[in-house]
Amino acid sequence: MTSLEDKVEESRKLGLQIVKESEEDRLMTLSVGPQHPGSGHFRFIIKLDGDYIVYCDPDPGYVHRGEEKMCEYRNVIQNIPHLERPVIHDSNNVTYSYSLAIEELVGIEVPRRGQFIRAIASELNRQVYTLYWLAIYGIFLGHSTMFMWPTGDRELFIDLLEALTGARVTHAFNIPGGVRNDMPDGFKDRCIRQVRYFEKRLKEYEDIFYNNPLFRQRTEQVGVLSKEDAAKLGVTGSVVRASGIPYDIRKAEPYDIYNEIDFKVQYMKSGDSYARSYVPFLDMKESCHIIEDLLDKMPESGEVRAKLQPNPKGPPGEAYRRVESGRGALGYYVVSDGTPKPYRVKISVGSFRNILALPYLLVGQKLADMPAIYWSLNYWPVEADR
Amino acid sequence: MSSEKKQEKPAKAANSSSKPSTTAKPPVPARPTAPVAAKPPAPAAAPPVKKEPEPPAFEKGLADQIRKKFGESTRILFIRPLRIKVQVDPKDIVEVATFLRDSMGFDHAESVAGTDYPKDNQIEVIYHLGSYTRDDLAAHVIALATRTTRDDAHLPTLINVYKSVEYHERETFEMLGVYFDGHPRNDRFLLPEDWADIPPLRKDFRIKGR
Repeated sequence: MTSLEDKVEESRKLGLQIVKESEEDRLMTLSVGPQHPGSGHFRFIIKLDGDYIVYCDPDPGYVHRGEEKMCEYRNVIQNIPHLERPVIHDSNNVTYSYSLAIEELVGIEVPRRGQFIRAIASELNRQVYTLYWLAIYGIFLGHSTMFMWPTGDRELFIDLLEALTGARVTHAFNIPGGVRNDMPDGFKDRCIRQVRYFEKRLKEYEDIFYNNPLFRQRTEQVGVLSKEDAAKLGVTGSVVRASGIPYDIRKAEPYDIYNEIDFKVQYMKSGDSYARSYVPFLDMKESCHIIEDLLDKMPESGEVRAKLQPNPKGPPGEAYRRVESGRGALGYYVVSDGTPKPYRVKISVGSFRNILALPYLLVGQKLADMPAIYWSLNYWPVEADR
Repeated sequence: MSSEKKQEKPAKAANSSSKPSTTAKPPVPARPTAPVAAKPPAPAAAPPVKKEPEPPAFEKGLADQIRKKFGESTRILFIRPLRIKVQVDPKDIVEVATFLRDSMGFDHAESVAGTDYPKDNQIEVIYHLGSYTRDDLAAHVIALATRTTRDDAHLPTLINVYKSVEYHERETFEMLGVYFDGHPRNDRFLLPEDWADIPPLRKDFRIKGR
């Protein structure tokens, strides 16, 4: 009935000290990151009104290294080792679309066995990345077991990749023309054994984490991104698939031998943080089938790498190629001027596209929901900065 | 959903390959040879073939739609199947982008890239547009390109057409110094706050020591 001003006036008469707060006094600015253990090398500034977030401004760039500029100074093969730095946990996928773009520009045909090994390495590496992401999501929400388990099981795939490529994390395995080396003896059996073990573990993950009532309460109906808004914001990967758009580059525009592999695009319709965290889990499950299918259909022998000229170069032109990485579509736009060095390389990464949804989703939510929303966006700060 | 997509692909391929046999005109036999020739003889024969490859029927249909609407103001290049590049003047870009979104179903931008061409004294800004809503466009990426002068680099923003370009345009602004008229924030994003040099992706910016 009575307005706030009247109440203040009334209280003065009574000798009380009730003061109406101005908006500037009421809002609190909070800087999340870049030192925050969960945020990664990334900061976002939020303003709080009580418990609610009313403003959010992402501030990336703490690990910007100028990868695109560096590409202009090296020839196409020399670019491989530094291009995988933005996401060392997913290094095969980062170099995959680059290799595809260079192959298109130079006109290289990759041998069939090489294409299979590439796809296997890409799937294994996607598992490594997703497990790492899941581990951080677990600890971000205070679930320590979900930090320990994926970190431990990640070693399964790291060991496989070590056997395959010789390096644990940064493999520099994909190169224009195929892969660096053939599979070691006994790799197929070992791979199948470990993948089957991992499938059993996934069931346990579901029991302890995804079916955990506390986890579900914290994520369900939190930060809902509708299908229309997901398309408008141009988000990608698990974020767009969690909003009911079954878009996966492996299916939409199959590269190498993916059109021969039988798999389903995993997606959900609710668009909340739970869906965004569950879709990567479903992807991991599907990836296990893809790996077995790939190993099954792979030719027994053959070349893994096309023979290249020293300093390969193609005619002037441009190429835009994409692959499905752990964080969604990963596109390379490469312009060639006919010299061995690329004239311009633009990397369009999933993280940079997904972070556009962060202010959109956070504003209006409670601060306690911030971790559940932020990390469900599948954002890798180093990749976004390039 | 996915099985539907899978069925469509072979149907499309069969359609384009069966076309030459049904219409037995003289120029038609050249069509099947062109895409085949573009791949294997890479070292020697690629350059002349790659210049003007014959587009598949679907891409041709897309291009004809744009041509019919805008006529001479756009230039359409076929880079390869599934990739079309549309070159427009800066004054037309908002109109063309609106048409691509509303009438053709390209609903989001995947990437915005700027390329510096000091020899022409120009900067090219290229938008790669994709579609989530139309299944038959899922594999297609249309490249919308425009050019501005290096000395006074500014272009109209596409943020009112494609919300998804917001951060990409901001990045292009700081990396190439292209000012986007109408963009709410033409300011620092990835570079350090104390960056005091020319935009680093311009060709006259050299990495020290190289």
